[in-house]
Amino acid sequence: MSVTNEIITSGSYIKHHLQNLTYGQFPDGHWGLAHTISEAKEMGFWAFHLDTLSVSFVLGVLFLIFFYRVGKKMTADTPSGAQNFIESVIDFINENVRGSFNDQNPVVAPLALTTFIWIVLMNTMDLVPVDWLPYVAQKIGVWFGADPHHVFFKAVPTTDPNATFGMSIGIFILIIYYSIKEKGADGFAAELTFHPFGKMMLPFNLFLEGVNLIAKPVSLALRLFGNMYAGEMIFILIALLPFWVQWSLSLPWAIFHILIVLLQAFIFMTLVVVYMDMAHQKER
Amino acid sequence: MNINLTMFGQLIMFAMFTWFCMKFVWPPIVMAMEERKKRIENGLLAAERGRSEQEEAQVKAQEMINQSKDQAADIIANATRQALNMVEDAKDVALREASKVRAQAQAQLEQDTIQTRNELKNQVSDLVMQGVNAVLAKEVDAKVHQQMLGKLSQSLS
Repeated sequence: MSVTNEIITSGSYIKHHLQNLTYGQFPDGHWGLAHTISEAKEMGFWAFHLDTLSVSFVLGVLFLIFFYRVGKKMTADTPSGAQNFIESVIDFINENVRGSFNDQNPVVAPLALTTFIWIVLMNTMDLVPVDWLPYVAQKIGVWFGADPHHVFFKAVPTTDPNATFGMSIGIFILIIYYSIKEKGADGFAAELTFHPFGKMMLPFNLFLEGVNLIAKPVSLALRLFGNMYAGEMIFILIALLPFWVQWSLSLPWAIFHILIVLLQAFIFMTLVVVYMDMAHQKER
Repeated sequence: MNINLTMFGQLIMFAMFTWFCMKFVWPPIVMAMEERKKRIENGLLAAERGRSEQEEAQVKAQEMINQSKDQAADIIANATRQALNMVEDAKDVALREASKVRAQAQAQLEQDTIQTRNELKNQVSDLVMQGVNAVLAKEVDAKVHQQMLGKLSQSLS
């Protein structure tokens, strides 16, 4: 880090790296960028993480533009280049959806595709060396007249629980929507109350099934967040070492992390498809 | 690490991306892939059909060849028989003709013989008459013996 007059401890370095660029409402009521970690904390709920939002937005748009442009030029003749790549991705998604989803719903496969690619891209930001994007952000911030030490930038959206919970809540809404649509409100209510122990144990059933239902989005979000956060954390810790040994740890970890990037996106996507399937199943 | 409005921003973004993907990205790609699948299927079907058609045609051709062979054999047999018949017929005709010619010739011959004989008879009787005339001219009155001589010549015939 290129901060001049402050002594950087490893603790402050880590904290700085784990702080999002926050825009929100100060306790006194006006809106603005948080300059310190405690300021960001004080904003509480009424705040946006600009870095999470912008990076995930850019990645999502890149994904859609790329797929859209290739999709427009699709031919049924011999495919080549980008089309090959996209078709293999689509085939992969289709195979998964066909394997675990037994109903007819035109939303599920595109949903799985969006989920998978978007999460892969967001996770991949973890492979960019930890200081690069914050450094660039700092330069831009300084150019706008900000104190370099007050510019925060957390490049990996999936290490922000807001991103993972945002997605999993979307999935949760879909689960409830399709449960009611496919089984009817009464059918869904019956599923929540009459299983697994019959009518006599109704409150207990409701408790069990309610926990089961709530656990779906929570586990989705926390699994992805936890994995990516831990990975990012280790990259940050490796970055604290003297620069001439960093590669010996960061390289193997990055290679291992490629696996985690894909695996976590795959798990998320598969679970989304499975949850959608459960929402469509009429009789359990 | 605090939960805040970012979550809803992310949720809205996720919904928008999914909607866009479902509306504009997914259908053309899947459609093109389906179309290719159908084309390949059709191609394979056509190939299969072509092969079976070819086999059928081969069988048919073999049948036709066999048929024509049979026909050719029939024709040859017929022709041979016909030729034999014709030869037989020709023989018959020729024999008949020959016998007819022979009969005609014989009839002619007989007629000629009869005629010649008659002529000879007449000539002989004339000669006899002349001789007799010459002889009798001296000794017999022609008028007296005419009747007897006529009876004689009649018995010769």
